[in-house]
Amino acid sequence: MSKISDFIGKSAVENVKEALRRAREIEEYNALLSLTEERALERAARVDAGEISGRLAGVPFVVKDNFLAFGAPTTAASKMLENFNAPLQATAVEKLEAEGAICIGKANLDAFAHGGSTENSAFGPTKNAADETRVAGGSSGGSAVVTALDVVPFALGTDTGGSIRQPASFNGVVGIKPTYGAVSRYGVVAMASSTDTIGCFATNAEDTDLVMEIMAGRDDKDMTTLPDFWNNQPEFAKKKIGLVKQCMTDDVDAEVRQKTLDYAEKLKQLGYEIEEVDLSMMQHSLAMYYIIVPAELSSNLARYDGVRYGHRAAEVKTLAELYGRSRNEGFMTENKRRIMIGSFVLSSGFFDAYYMQAQKARTLLIDEFKKLFTEYDALLMPVAPTPAFKIGENASDPIKMYLADIMTVPASLAGLPAVSAPVGNSDEGLPIGVQLIGDYKSDKNLLKLVSEVEKI
Amino acid sequence: MSVYDDYEMTIGIECHVQLATKTKLFSPADNDARDAEPNSKTHQIDFGLPGMLPVLNKHAVELAVRAGKALNSPIAHVSRFDRKHYFYPDLPKGYQTSQMYNPIILAGYVDAPLEDGSLKRVRIDHAHMEEDAGKLTHHDGYSLVDLNRAGTPLIEIVSEPDMHSAEEAKAYVSELHKLMVYAGVTYGNLYHGNMRFDVNISVAKKGATELGKRAEIKNLNSFRSVERAAEYEFKRQVDILERGEEVVQETRGWNDDKQITISQRSKEDAQDYRYMPDPDIPPVVLTDEVIAEIQSKVPMLPGEYREKWSALNLDKSVINSLLSNQDYAQITLEVQEKSGEASAKRVAHWFASALTASDESDAQTDNESIRVAVDDLIELAEMTEKSEVSSTNAKELFNELLAGAKNPRKLAEEKNLLQVSDESAIAAIVDEVLNDPASAASIADIKAGKDKAIGYLVGQVMKKSKGQANPSLAQKLIREKL
Repeated sequence: MSKISDFIGKSAVENVKEALRRAREIEEYNALLSLTEERALERAARVDAGEISGRLAGVPFVVKDNFLAFGAPTTAASKMLENFNAPLQATAVEKLEAEGAICIGKANLDAFAHGGSTENSAFGPTKNAADETRVAGGSSGGSAVVTALDVVPFALGTDTGGSIRQPASFNGVVGIKPTYGAVSRYGVVAMASSTDTIGCFATNAEDTDLVMEIMAGRDDKDMTTLPDFWNNQPEFAKKKIGLVKQCMTDDVDAEVRQKTLDYAEKLKQLGYEIEEVDLSMMQHSLAMYYIIVPAELSSNLARYDGVRYGHRAAEVKTLAELYGRSRNEGFMTENKRRIMIGSFVLSSGFFDAYYMQAQKARTLLIDEFKKLFTEYDALLMPVAPTPAFKIGENASDPIKMYLADIMTVPASLAGLPAVSAPVGNSDEGLPIGVQLIGDYKSDKNLLKLVSEVEKI
Repeated sequence: MSVYDDYEMTIGIECHVQLATKTKLFSPADNDARDAEPNSKTHQIDFGLPGMLPVLNKHAVELAVRAGKALNSPIAHVSRFDRKHYFYPDLPKGYQTSQMYNPIILAGYVDAPLEDGSLKRVRIDHAHMEEDAGKLTHHDGYSLVDLNRAGTPLIEIVSEPDMHSAEEAKAYVSELHKLMVYAGVTYGNLYHGNMRFDVNISVAKKGATELGKRAEIKNLNSFRSVERAAEYEFKRQVDILERGEEVVQETRGWNDDKQITISQRSKEDAQDYRYMPDPDIPPVVLTDEVIAEIQSKVPMLPGEYREKWSALNLDKSVINSLLSNQDYAQITLEVQEKSGEASAKRVAHWFASALTASDESDAQTDNESIRVAVDDLIELAEMTEKSEVSSTNAKELFNELLAGAKNPRKLAEEKNLLQVSDESAIAAIVDEVLNDPASAASIADIKAGKDKAIGYLVGQVMKKSKGQANPSLAQKLIREKL
C-alpha cells in the first residue's frame, strides 16, 4: 500500500491522474460519490508550476462527502443535499490544501453519517476492500476503502461513535478519532456536535500523524477547538497498558479476541506491561450514546427544511406539507429513526429522564477513564465485535447494528483519542483491527506506539 | 362605583432588547439592517448552511453584563446557551439559540417613577441572551423570507408579575428603555424594533388569592401601546368574568389602528420546544474581576440623575425631558457639579424647552450627539444670573450654542444682546430720557402717584440703549432721580 512519501517530489499532475485512473478502476466498490477532476488537475498544475507548495505538495487525497469542499456537490450521501454546492470549504480541507494536498474526490458514507456500514447511503452501499460481498463499515466506509485500495495515500473521515475506527478495522488501514476539539468541525455537516470529530485514514501511523498534525489546532470558527497541542504532550512513561476485560468476553468473535491478544504481545515486546482492567461503565455507554447522539442530531438536522437550500418537495400547498414532504423525501429511514428518537428524548417530560440522565452517566464514564489513565498509558481493546459483516445482514435489525458500536462509543462519549490499527486478517481473509484509547490529548503518543508496533 | 373597581389586574412583562453591537450574536454579519435590501445582511452562519458553527460575539456578552448593572442584577459566573426548537421559515437552523437553564443575568429590580412622584419597584426574574429571528412577509399565495434580522443579539428581560395598573406598566417599560439606553446596551430606537414588549395580563377580584387566567399581548413596540393594551385588556377580561365566562389563556396581538387586542393562538397550540444545551457553544465564564471591569464603564443611570437633581426643585416634566436625552442629562449634571444649582437649573430649563417639540413618551433617541461645551453653558448661565443678558436673549444664545456656536459672551457682543448694567452709563441715558420734553407727562403722572407710568420711562431707556440696559437697574435709577 502506498505511503505519502511515495507521492512527494513527483509530478503532481501525474499523481492526480494516477489517482483518478485508480478511482475509476475501482468504481464497482461504490466508494466515491464524485470526482473533483477538473479542480484537482488545475491545482496539480499549479503545484507543478511551483505556485503551491508545502509538506503535502502534490499528494492526492479524498474527503468523506460530509466535508464542504469545492469541485463537486457536498451530498452527505443524501437526497436532501444531492445538489448542494458548497460556497466555502471546511477548515480541515483548507489546511490540507494550504500544504499542497489535492482533493480528487468525495467518498461515500451512511447518509448524514448515520450508520456503521455505509449501507444507509442514498447512492447505494460501498463494498468492503477485501470482500465485495461485505460492508465497508461506516459511516466513513468510502474513505476507508479508497485508502485500502490504494487510490490515495490518505482520506478524511468523521468519527462520532466509531465512524472512522470501525471502517479502518474492516478494511485493514489505520484510522484515528482524535481528542474532541483537536480539529475544527467548521464546514463539516454536523451529526452530533458533542462527539463529532474530524480524523483520517492512512496506510500507516506516521502518515496519519502528519495529516492530523496539519489539520489540528485552534480555529476561530469553531469555539470547541482546542489550542494546538499535537506536538507538545509528555510521552508515555507509565509503560503500562490496560486490556479492557469487558471487550474480551464470548460476545466478541474469537478471532477478533485472538488478534487483540497478538497485538498485546507486540506491545510487551516494546516493553509495555499489559494488565486486564475494568471499564464497568462501558455496559451503559450504548444507552447513553443512543440518547445523546440522536438528541443532538435531531437538532442539527432541523435546518434541512426545504426553505433555503437542499431538497424541496414539489407542489406543496401548506407550510406543514413543505416541511413534512421535503424532509420525508430527503432523509433516509435511518435518519428518520434517529430524528424521532432524538425528538422523543428531548420532549417535555422526558428530557430529564433520558437526556440529563445520559449526561450524568457520561460524566461517570469520563471519571472511570480518568482513573484508569492515572495508571495506564493507554487502553487496548478490539474495534468491533466481528470483522466486516455481509451486505444486508444487519440492515433490517437496527438494534444489532447499534450493538456493533459498543466498543467505539465509550471514547467518543469521553472525548478521548482512539486509534484503530490493522492487526492482520481472519482465516477468511477479512481485516481485523485493534483499538488503542489514550488520555485526553495523547493522540500523537498513540500513533507513535502504533508506528513502533508496525516496525516489529 | 363601577364594576371595574372590584377588579385588579396583574401584569408581567417580557422585553426583547436588541443589543447595540456591530455584528450579530454568532456571525460577522452587519447588525445594522435598517433600510437594507432583504437578505443582504446575512452570513452563512445565520443562513443555517450545513457545517456552520456559532462564534459568540464577545461584545454582546459585555452589553449583557452592562444591562445586568442597570437591572440591579448579579451576573452569573457561568451561563450557558440552549437550543429552542421549532419549525418556521424565519428560523434558519430550526432552533433559536437562547439561554433556558443558565441565563447570564440573574434576579434584580427596576424602580420606575410614577406620576405621583413615588417609585414602583418591579422585580426582574432574570434576563437571558438570545438571537432574533428573521422576518416573513406574506403575499398572495406565497411568503418571502428576509434573514437580515436573523441572529441579531437580544436580551430578553423577564419581570415578575409585579405591576397592577396600566400606568405602572407604562412607567416600567419607559424606565427600562431609559436604563438600557443609558447603560449603552441598545440604541433604543422603538420605531426600528430595538425594544419590543410582550405583556402578560390577568385580572381577578380584588383580594382574591389566586391570579386569573392570563393573556399575553405580543410584540408591542411603544410605551403608549403597552399602556393602552393593558387598559383595553383589563376591561375585556373583566367584561368576560362579569358575563360569568372564563378568560382563555392565549396569545393576543395589538391592533394599533383599532386600539384593541386580537386573539392569535390559544394554549392548545403551545409547542414543545425540546430545549437542549447547545453543544457548539462552551459555557460563558465570567470572573468577578471581568464583570467589575465591564460594569465600571456603565455611565450614570437615570435613578442617580434624579437623586442628584432633587435639590434643584425641577418640575417632573423638566426632569423627564432632560432624561429623554442622555447628552442633555449629562451636561446638566456637569453644570451642576461645576457651577452650582442655580446655573444647573437654568440649563435644565433651557434643555427642557428645546425638547418640548419632541414627544418624550415615545422618545426616538437617535442620539445625534450634542457637542455643547459645558464651560460655554456655565458662562451663559452666569451671564444670565448677573443680568448681563436678559432671560429672553439667553434662550436665543442657548439655541445658538446648541446649533454649534461657541463663546456666548462674544456671541452676545456680536449680536448686541449684552445688558448694560454699568450704572453711570444707564444713568446718562436716564438723564437723557427725563430731560426729554416727551417724558414730562409721565413724570407728572408718577409724581401724582400713578406709578404705572414708570413703564413708559423704562421703555424709553431700553429703546435708547437698544435693549441692552438692565431694565430693573433703569427703573431703580429713574426712581432715585425723581
